[in-house]
Amino acid sequence: MIPAAFEYHRPGDLPSALALLQQHGDEARVIAGGHSLIPMMKLRMAEVPHLIDLQAIDALRGIRIDGTRITLGAMVTQHELIAHEGLARVAPILREAALQIADPQVRYMGTIGGNVANGDPGNDMPGLMQCLDATFHVTGPGGERAIPARSFYESAYMTAREEDEILTAVSFDAPTGGQAYEKQKRKIGDYATAAAAVILTRSGATCTHASIAMTNLSDVPVWSEAAGAALTGTPCDEAAMLNAIAAMLADIDPAGDNRGPVEFKRHTAGIILARAIARAWSRA
Amino acid sequence: MTQKMQITLTVNGTRHEILAEPRELLIHVLRERLNITGPHIGCETSHCGACTVTMGNRSVKSCTVFAAQADGAEITTIEGLGTPDALHPLQEAFREHHGLQCGFCTPGMITRAAQLLRENPNPTEEEVRFGMSGNLCRCTGYQNIVKAVLAAAATINSAKEAAQ
Repeated sequence: MIPAAFEYHRPGDLPSALALLQQHGDEARVIAGGHSLIPMMKLRMAEVPHLIDLQAIDALRGIRIDGTRITLGAMVTQHELIAHEGLARVAPILREAALQIADPQVRYMGTIGGNVANGDPGNDMPGLMQCLDATFHVTGPGGERAIPARSFYESAYMTAREEDEILTAVSFDAPTGGQAYEKQKRKIGDYATAAAAVILTRSGATCTHASIAMTNLSDVPVWSEAAGAALTGTPCDEAAMLNAIAAMLADIDPAGDNRGPVEFKRHTAGIILARAIARAWSRA
Repeated sequence: MTQKMQITLTVNGTRHEILAEPRELLIHVLRERLNITGPHIGCETSHCGACTVTMGNRSVKSCTVFAAQADGAEITTIEGLGTPDALHPLQEAFREHHGLQCGFCTPGMITRAAQLLRENPNPTEEEVRFGMSGNLCRCTGYQNIVKAVLAAAATINSAKEAAQ
């Protein structure tokens, strides 16, 4: 499987990368780890006459923790996320989720920026970023913009990023309370049949705040405000959990495919969310 | 056809300058231009891991890396890990513990295991299984591969201790 011919560019800084995007317009795409784009190019489902490799742009690297604000450069790999002890202390849900993405070799190459920018509904980080209420930072010819993760996704592979913009970083406040990322997949390396990101805060026996997002159960990630509200003010008991699941099921819209028919996915989504809530609550 | 570009790769310590099209995959450059045929082409879809090589300090599936992306990188393949007369401890352990049958996946398995042990010299059985989960084997059922990696870890660690 050989992709169509292309010109390869490796700009050394962000302005050069943006200039190449401007110059080549629709014919150009940026590549981060490439583990979504290269398979598509090999299948000739994506044709990219000008491939702009972001690997040499140092400004896109690095994990920064400033007080409670966490910023991840777009080119931070899943492997780097997993290995970062400071990040695991302040936001353990990142490592928990990243360990469930693909396999070790893919995680050495796959990046947080590529995972969130590609708009593939199967990717795990978009749902997690919505759960965290993260901000995506993009830079284009008109300068920088900050876009909330919760309003970034329009439909499969369609996002609020313009074609001439590059996603440079994601940032979010370190979550407080109990966190869990739960994922059902057919085998190692697979995308989710259903996955849930849950963050709960607790005061005594009461859940004081809940954020819940689901992955691969619609053509965009689903942050279910109603599911979170169903847990807030409750002791997170079985009745509250069933209410949260019912609210979540009203927000998702899975399609039947080789991971199962719609009924199975809805069933799985309920079980996965129940497990994620129970685990997050036990850690809250 | 696009212009060929000059690509520099250091493979198993030897520097190569080659002219290649940007769309050529690293696995094809290794096998067809440099005649380094240890890394195999299995699924060609970044699932099976037979094409695994080490790039810098990362295990990568060389069917999903363009040679152009690897320009300037240091690559290690199975050929860089041992010789027939002086096997790498992982190669010795795979032979001893019957960690292979047909052998097709073995170069990728051993190359991946070598990087795993560099990062985690004392893995548990579970860590070996998880760390090797990007490599598929259709013969062994994995049990003997896991045994071999654990045995190689012990060999490497005791050699290190002896050297101290």
